Amino acid sequence: MIAASPATPANYNRADAALIDTLRGVVGADNVLTEAIDVAPYAFDGTAMLKQRPACVVFPTERSQVPAIVKAVTSAGVPLVTRGSGTGLSGGSVPLDGAVTLVMTQLDKVIEVDTANLTIRVEPGVITMKVDQEAAKHGLFYPPDPGSQKISTIGGNVAENSGGLRGLKYGVTRDYVMGLRVVLADGEEVWLGNQCVKDVAGYNLRDLFIGSEGTLGVVTEVLLKLLPRPQARRTMVATFATLESAAQAVSDIIARKIVPCTVEFLDQTTIRCVDDYANLGLPLDAAALLLLESDGHPAVVEEESAAMHQALIDNNATNVETAQTVEDAERLLTARRAAFSALARVSPTTILEDVTVPRSELAAVVKFIAGCAERHNVRIGVFGHMGDGNLHPTFLVDERNADEMHRFEAALEEIVDETLRRGGTITGEHGVGLAKKPFLRRQLGDGSFELLRKVKQALDPQWLLNPGKVFD
Amino acid sequence: MDYSVVQQCMHCGLCLPTCPTFVETGRERSSPRGRIALMRSIADGELPLSREFAEEMDYCVGCLACQTACPAGVQYVSLLEKGRAASENAGLLDTPMRRVYRWLGLRLLMTRPWLLRLVARGVAVQQIPWIRRTLYMIGAMRLAPKTLRDLEPSAPPIDAPFSDARIKTVETPPAEWWSGKPRARVAVLTGCVQDISFARVNRATVDVLLAAGCEVVTPRSQPCCGSLHAHNGDLDQAKEQARRTLDMFDWQGLRAGPLAFDSVDAVISNAGGCGSHLRHYADLLADDPNYATRAKAWDAKVRDVQEFVWQVVGGGQQAVGSEATPQSRLERVLTREPSALAAGGATKRVTYDASCHLCHGQKVVSQPIELLKRVPSYQFVPLAESDWCCGAAGVYTITQPEQAGKLLERKLGHVKAANPDVLATANPGCMHQLNLACRDDASLANVRVAHPMELLAEACRASDAS
Repeated sequence: MIAASPATPANYNRADAALIDTLRGVVGADNVLTEAIDVAPYAFDGTAMLKQRPACVVFPTERSQVPAIVKAVTSAGVPLVTRGSGTGLSGGSVPLDGAVTLVMTQLDKVIEVDTANLTIRVEPGVITMKVDQEAAKHGLFYPPDPGSQKISTIGGNVAENSGGLRGLKYGVTRDYVMGLRVVLADGEEVWLGNQCVKDVAGYNLRDLFIGSEGTLGVVTEVLLKLLPRPQARRTMVATFATLESAAQAVSDIIARKIVPCTVEFLDQTTIRCVDDYANLGLPLDAAALLLLESDGHPAVVEEESAAMHQALIDNNATNVETAQTVEDAERLLTARRAAFSALARVSPTTILEDVTVPRSELAAVVKFIAGCAERHNVRIGVFGHMGDGNLHPTFLVDERNADEMHRFEAALEEIVDETLRRGGTITGEHGVGLAKKPFLRRQLGDGSFELLRKVKQALDPQWLLNPGKVFD
Repeated sequence: MDYSVVQQCMHCGLCLPTCPTFVETGRERSSPRGRIALMRSIADGELPLSREFAEEMDYCVGCLACQTACPAGVQYVSLLEKGRAASENAGLLDTPMRRVYRWLGLRLLMTRPWLLRLVARGVAVQQIPWIRRTLYMIGAMRLAPKTLRDLEPSAPPIDAPFSDARIKTVETPPAEWWSGKPRARVAVLTGCVQDISFARVNRATVDVLLAAGCEVVTPRSQPCCGSLHAHNGDLDQAKEQARRTLDMFDWQGLRAGPLAFDSVDAVISNAGGCGSHLRHYADLLADDPNYATRAKAWDAKVRDVQEFVWQVVGGGQQAVGSEATPQSRLERVLTREPSALAAGGATKRVTYDASCHLCHGQKVVSQPIELLKRVPSYQFVPLAESDWCCGAAGVYTITQPEQAGKLLERKLGHVKAANPDVLATANPGCMHQLNLACRDDASLANVRVAHPMELLAEACRASDAS
């Protein structure tokens, strides 16, 4: 509908017949798509309202083909947009008109699981969940679990630095990447990082590429750190009459030196939508619902969950339920898992935002969002990862209603300002992409923003790798 | 095309790993979100309605696994049907032969119950082994067109006599199965293909409902419900078939007889594919002023037989209209506890392959399994990827034999691993597809393919005998 990405600037070339021929020579004719009906379904990712058709879509089948592809595309002066399964939520892999989209899904080999050093080496097209399943075969654990883990690729996770439900205790994708093989804009291949736990040789360029959203290079191999698989897990759900008491309970749990693996949160709008959709008998007058999970050694889990229970009671939880069995836990998890689905059904267009604030500011920001929804007359359900301050205000709108879309933009503007005022960030785990590009300078400030541009200029002097993403 | 349904797709991609054609090709256009994007592009005038689009719609298995995966509740089935209807109306896949076969099948045979059954009787004669051998020997089979000859070996066996001869219009439970006033009054749909190929399943369905304490009414000469037409892009005829199905019942109390719609508590389907379509008459007939209200009332009463029976005997809930819940024969026959994997005394292994339209279309997932786990002298063994399409998918084996074959192969691998004596499934297309596969595969030759209702009915009858 709304083509938010800029049209090809005059200095970019469109992919022409000669380039397409070259690409066919590299990957075989079957792996280059150019017909409208074939490329139209690659015009978007998981982000609402962003759509721009590429000129051609290329599927490498061997890692060794990637340098030749990148070189051919950039030396033709054509933009290159790298993509995994296209589940991103900030428009990071939305193509540009005339661009080449490089789809990595067929590079999906698990190269090696190293049980001596607790690492796994994979190609970028491996599905996130498969990484954890491979690890599990050896009693190991890959913690990051983005909502799209059943289909998202690990390469996409690295590019967007994806998070998940376990961020509080286990961190995000960045915390598990030990090494990357990257093809640079000129087609040169470099290895960044090391399989040693300790490695301080030179600048940490590996980290520069994590979360770079395909603007600096193309990842062709990932070395990931694995952990021992937790033996036990305990799940509990608590409801609260006020937001403040829920937020206070979370702060109090952490102050009691407990770091649960998961602390998830649903606001009242979300609770009501979930109950309407899944009939779980949730308390509709509750202001907040928390889902908490402790994992690790059985004895530790036992002790932690007892202490968490106490902290919840001490902070005026109106109800606390602890799962006794695996089935029980599944039932309790339903409310959180259904949150997005329930909200997504309410309206034709669902816009998922990703603002994040320091934990201490959570209650205030959730309150602010509720007020903002009322002032601008838009429906917003808020859920998210309370433990790490990562909120997902979800706008329930209809993109065909121009007036409502203006009110959405105004409300989002205010929420972003409030988030930044309280020391937060415009994105906790989805990336900047196209969707949050207008706000990046505001968060970073001029100096830091210009530094980003200098890095980009140094690594991609023609500005051909995923141009127009993160910043212009 | 209904734009608001298209718009409901958030293109999050969660449908991708559940889509058999996407998993096969790895290309977005062969995925639900890709197909929806194509529909949207066509609606927006960015893409033409083309032959390639029609082929992509045809390639879709229509298993609706994407509907289970979809967080936003997109009704993909309605998009698929409308997409196919648009390409059929534009004649994008037309060839003279195809037109003849579609007309013969969808417009001639499947709209005339008497003709379908007449043809079936003819086929039944042809299928008598010595007649079939003779026909081949004297070369008479060469008189048939090639397409028919190719299909002949995989034609569904005819199961005469048909339902009207096996089931009375009204049946009440015998005294030894239930005493007192029936706990519910239900209507049974006998289907079209189901009736000629699996009439025994219809009889078993009635038996189980009787054994559950229900009075059963069964309209005569039932028409096709229109599911075949809707799935194959003939929405006009699908609407007509829906009206005919509704017309079997007396809606205004004007006719004397047992078929007053108000008097039935539920309308029972035992075919997963049909049931999935039968529950959505309200959408189909929304623009028909004479039928819209009836269709709504209809949708509210349609139940899959497994769903209904489990609700009556297993869920511990009373059916609508019942006053007391004394124990029925079925409740006495079913074991109290589900059979464990290593249950003592269990003699036969039974596994369950979910019909896609039963589990994804109707969301009837656990009920058939709960029932099968309680059939005496069977041990239930789970089937991996039970909710993944077997390739039957209506007429998919005919329209897309290659992909259908791949799906079947994947299915059979899991069936062999489960090593069952009985493979239960609740849809005629799946039953037929699996029957053929077991016939053609030596390692599965001893596997019996059965509808769960057949096993339940047998258990009830066996307990009579003892």
